[in-house]
Amino acid sequence: MSNARKLADNLPSVGQLGNRNILINGDMSLSQRIGTTATAINGGNYGIDRWGMYYSGNIYTTQQVTDAPSGFYNSMKLLVTGTNTPQYSFFGQRIEGLNVNHIGLGTANCQSFTVSFYVKSSVAGIYSISTTNGAGDLAYPLQYTINSANTWERKTMTIPPITSGTWARDNTIGLYLRINLGSPSGRTDTSGAWSSGNFDGADGSTGAVTWATTSGATFYITGCQLEVGSQASPFEQEPFEANLRKCLRYYFNSKTSASLPYDYATQYISTHRFYKHWYNVPMRATPTVTTTDDGGAPSHYHPNEYHWKGYVAAAASASSARLTSFTADAEL
Amino acid sequence: MIVTSAQHQEFEGKDTNVVKATIDGVELQVPKDAANRHYAAILEWVAEGNTIAEAD
Repeated sequence: MSNARKLADNLPSVGQLGNRNILINGDMSLSQRIGTTATAINGGNYGIDRWGMYYSGNIYTTQQVTDAPSGFYNSMKLLVTGTNTPQYSFFGQRIEGLNVNHIGLGTANCQSFTVSFYVKSSVAGIYSISTTNGAGDLAYPLQYTINSANTWERKTMTIPPITSGTWARDNTIGLYLRINLGSPSGRTDTSGAWSSGNFDGADGSTGAVTWATTSGATFYITGCQLEVGSQASPFEQEPFEANLRKCLRYYFNSKTSASLPYDYATQYISTHRFYKHWYNVPMRATPTVTTTDDGGAPSHYHPNEYHWKGYVAAAASASSARLTSFTADAEL
Repeated sequence: MIVTSAQHQEFEGKDTNVVKATIDGVELQVPKDAANRHYAAILEWVAEGNTIAEAD
């Protein structure tokens, strides 16, 4: 094969050459919440930035690790810690409508889009993904096969256009990619067809079901990409700073402590002090802010997606009030 | 998310646009933004027949 042919085969078939990857933190390089600690996370909450985890019945931990295929440094490792049958078991990324409007979901101009990732599992077999709308009443389940246990493999799957349904265009969930890890039959449906319902994956995902009930089973994933068109282009590597700023739209962690506090309250009237924080990038929505302090627990006051304010009842003669940590969560 | 309590907040008699709520056993100050996932959970909790308490 000529070099020109190889180049042509690797070019995106549709859309722009840059900023192709609609997913954020697809290389699992940022883990603001849990660092590299294996952590049991469920209920749609987050470990590695932008990746929400769901299980019930069974349990698996989430961890950022450095076991990765060539061309990557990090992956997300999931480890099953029990043998119970799940009521649901998957993880995924909820994508803002603002970031998928160019796909044209639900319109006559809708385009195909392609999901690709690198995966390694201790259990070979049939697995699946699903892409759904935000309301969870339209889904496209799709099987894929892990051919060999404990071996990195790249998977690519193309989802055909959908010209009907309700698809958010704003800062709420415009598209939801789910990676099924053993959800039971009531939460899966026929592979390879758009269907009405809230499905985590495809029927017949026997490998995923076995994985979910095998204590000690592992599943690694990285290089996740979702792009317009019917061809998977090579993973779009970004500068770390670019990925970080995208993630900061959804979550910020000051990574400070009592010995290295985050902020000091300012005395603005005789009876009250005030904190004010401007976000590094405007957040997706007004975030839920959590703080710790050493003498000035703030009451939050008219926050928005650009900044946060908090006040503390304290006289000027009182000891200092400091925030020792600060997080802001505007995840979907 | 499991919401077990919620209360409006005021400062000097004016609403602060924040609800203090207990969600999954953790007390949070949640902004009144329907696009915030915690506030969306509170709105679902209200739709189930619960009430956000008035501010102290």
